[in-house]
Amino acid sequence: MRTLKNCWNSWRRLFGDPIRAFGITSVLLLIALAIAPAKDHFSEWRHYQHGYLKLIQSRRDAPVLERHFQAGIHQIWLPKLGVVDRCETCHVGLTETSLGDVRMEPYSRHPAIPHSMQQFGCVVCHRGQGAATTVAAAHDSTLAPNEPILPARYDEAACGQCHHADLEGTPTLNQGRELLARYGCVRCHTIKLPDGSAMQPTDAPPPLTHIADKTTREWIYAWLKDPASYAASATMPNFLLSDQEARDISAFLMANSVPKPGDTASLKATSATNADPAAGASLYGESFCASCHAMQNAAGNLVGGDLGPELTAVGTKVKPEWLTAWLRDPRNYDAGTAMPHYRFTDAQLGLLSGFLESKTNSDLLANVHLDPATPEQIAHGKQLVEVYGCAACHAIRGVPKPDNYGPDLSRVGSKPLAQLVFTAGMPRTLPTYLSNKIEHPRIFGPGLHMPQFTFTPAQVDALTTALLSLTDRSYTLPAKMQIAAVGQSSYTPAGKAGELMTDLNCMACHRINGHGGDMAPDLSWEGSAVQRQWLDAFLKNPNTLRPALIRRMPRFNLTDQERTELTNYIMTVYQNPKIDRDAMPQSGYSAEMVEHGRQLFYGKYACQSCHIVDPVQDRGYIGPTLTDVGSRLNAEWIYLWLKNPQQLRPGTIEPNRGMSDDDARALTAFLTMQKGAGSRKSGAGVASLRTSGTKGVGQ
Amino acid sequence: MKRKACLITSSIVGTLAVLAACGCARAHKTPTVPHSTAAGSALQVSSGDRQLGSAGAPLPQPLVMQVNDDQGNGVTGALVQFSGPAGVKFDPSEALSDSSGQVTTSVTLGNTAGRYELTAVTYNKTGRALSVQVPELAAGYQEELGYQVQRKYCSRCHDPESTPEQVSNHDNLAVAPHSFDQGNTYNKLSDADLMAIIGHGGPAMNLSALMPPYDKTLTKADIQAVIAYIRLVSDPPYQAPGVVYAKP
Repeated sequence: MRTLKNCWNSWRRLFGDPIRAFGITSVLLLIALAIAPAKDHFSEWRHYQHGYLKLIQSRRDAPVLERHFQAGIHQIWLPKLGVVDRCETCHVGLTETSLGDVRMEPYSRHPAIPHSMQQFGCVVCHRGQGAATTVAAAHDSTLAPNEPILPARYDEAACGQCHHADLEGTPTLNQGRELLARYGCVRCHTIKLPDGSAMQPTDAPPPLTHIADKTTREWIYAWLKDPASYAASATMPNFLLSDQEARDISAFLMANSVPKPGDTASLKATSATNADPAAGASLYGESFCASCHAMQNAAGNLVGGDLGPELTAVGTKVKPEWLTAWLRDPRNYDAGTAMPHYRFTDAQLGLLSGFLESKTNSDLLANVHLDPATPEQIAHGKQLVEVYGCAACHAIRGVPKPDNYGPDLSRVGSKPLAQLVFTAGMPRTLPTYLSNKIEHPRIFGPGLHMPQFTFTPAQVDALTTALLSLTDRSYTLPAKMQIAAVGQSSYTPAGKAGELMTDLNCMACHRINGHGGDMAPDLSWEGSAVQRQWLDAFLKNPNTLRPALIRRMPRFNLTDQERTELTNYIMTVYQNPKIDRDAMPQSGYSAEMVEHGRQLFYGKYACQSCHIVDPVQDRGYIGPTLTDVGSRLNAEWIYLWLKNPQQLRPGTIEPNRGMSDDDARALTAFLTMQKGAGSRKSGAGVASLRTSGTKGVGQ
Repeated sequence: MKRKACLITSSIVGTLAVLAACGCARAHKTPTVPHSTAAGSALQVSSGDRQLGSAGAPLPQPLVMQVNDDQGNGVTGALVQFSGPAGVKFDPSEALSDSSGQVTTSVTLGNTAGRYELTAVTYNKTGRALSVQVPELAAGYQEELGYQVQRKYCSRCHDPESTPEQVSNHDNLAVAPHSFDQGNTYNKLSDADLMAIIGHGGPAMNLSALMPPYDKTLTKADIQAVIAYIRLVSDPPYQAPGVVYAKP
């Protein structure tokens, strides 16, 4: 009652008198009218623009910066890309090159990139809500839930939306894509690119159809329980199986295996027990097994390549009879293997398998004791194999390859958060979800089957970056902006020589016509480059061309007939149609020309910094040794190579010197004279090709 | 007069009380601050300085600091605090040294490329701060590209360190090339000078002919990227020339 009275009194005091009432109403109206301009005046972006002006005041180039500065809201509008970006309103100094030392946000300069901001805007790369004019609405996951700013560590994901081929400046993205293909991710998850192609796996999981020929049930059990306990570098993930599950799967795989004729061989010449371990080790080294296979050395470091499986404890895994048969002809067991078919003699087979059998890990199977499998266990094992999708990677008899075993990841980089399950306390952002899913796949609930991989934090970041690049935006951007991935061609060499090359797996290391590995030189134009005699001798006994390389061509012990066949094929088929092999003479250059070439070699072009012509004096280790280049390479090839190396082999590191025709000719004359020891000092035109062709080989 | 003194005293006491209360409150709010149980007399970097990381990403290796006493033995339980420019994150940002006197932290650099001067601080027995500056390098797109390009084309000669995967040619050359972190050499050269040397070879600037020209092999953007990389790793750090104005 009393309050009511009080209210009435104050009302009368304020509005009782009409003039006073008019005055007060006017003041209230004025305040109401002032709200909008005041809100604008005190807006966040104005505050940041004031801050910028204060920041540049004390700088030496303040006049220039002030002249560039324009107050107000700035906007980049690109209708074709769906971009309305007002980021530059607060990020005022993005294009000021002189602000390189400014670390304070939002004033830092944008780092140099190959694209212009005016052409691409900001959100195409960084995400966020470009049209917003407050910090929270532009960046944060609370106000921009599906497009919050992408953390800087995943920046390279932005490049991957258009660049589906590897870029030199995005190592993290490249690594992530390589891991997706190499760790079998794309065998369970489909990843389609905007052009309709799908990402292809690059790993080669072995078929399990004849697994009982190769190994024991105990080893399968230990491997299933923890692949890393057998080999630290294993690419097979851990399915976190219970003892019972591992027991039943191993029972099923053994029972399901069918023996294959020729998969086992008895050791004849030298048995594993009496083989000379040193001789076995040196044969392992001579055959360059380490180019593809790694082994732990005494210090515990892995040494070797990663094309084939790690061999640190291979003796605990494989049966000796299988190993001998495998080394004799790997394609009998697995027709799709990358392992070359070395033509080892029986004595060599004994040595090598003896050496490999001695590489054991006695702890691995020490506690594995399995009772004979029951039919129920085998049936349960088959169920488990289907549940865990083993057949997505491995060929298993009677189990079809599951289609789309895991969720499709083609647009996972734009996955709405509403479709994701987060664990308690996990920040609700897509990058956090993805990186956690990769690191701990099973924490998101029971019944999940994604296995546990052992990735380093850098690898997790790389994989997350690659996944974040798979966005809706890459489908909506104009198609002409898309740069397609460079896939492998379907080239396979034809005929009998082609069969031989498949048998030797040449293309595991060499690339030919867009198909094959990148460990060794591209052979697409090898027939135009080399001389027949040299090639024949090289195939017989591959000598060292680049002394600084640790991965070298192994000796396959080819028969004379096989060698001739291969040489003929390479010399005939792998020709560059634009190269006329006879355009430059192989010999007969004048002494003055050779001397001029020598001076160019050591003087103007300083080739000795990377190449060796005189083994006593020259010390360059980068390029191939040139002591016998005159009997190795064709003169026209040398000439064209000097003129433009990248044209003959894209990506080669020898710089294009922009040589004049005369210089290139003189250098070619000098180089064709280099025919190995003894003939180096010989005069012009003396050493003919046929007599000195094989002299340089084998040094 | 007496009253004034009384007032001053009471105000001082009051201020102290407020400060003490604040201090206590702060200490109660963050109970995770470790209490130093020992004090070292020297602080130095054990490993992890001058790393090249990506902007906004954790450095590949952790930063390890070493706290020693006068005799050069490791001190256990000394507090080391890390700080850096805006955007740099440490995990943890302060910690006590372990039994060998080491403190390990993982560092995430800021979102902008460039050189970051981090600071590690510990306190000696008298409470004096011992601080060490730790430089770390963040590569942006251009520096990253430069790193990749130089690794393919340049480092075989310019990097004296040999690994089995990449044997260095540095010591085989009659005129030894300068390693890219030699700021005293590279900082004297302007971007245009470096562009000329890389593009047209050593003789373009009266330097060794062993340095070949790359203008027909690399694009201009590639060469600029290599220069950006050289500027980033240079030690002492490179100072870009500011805008030069004509004198009035």
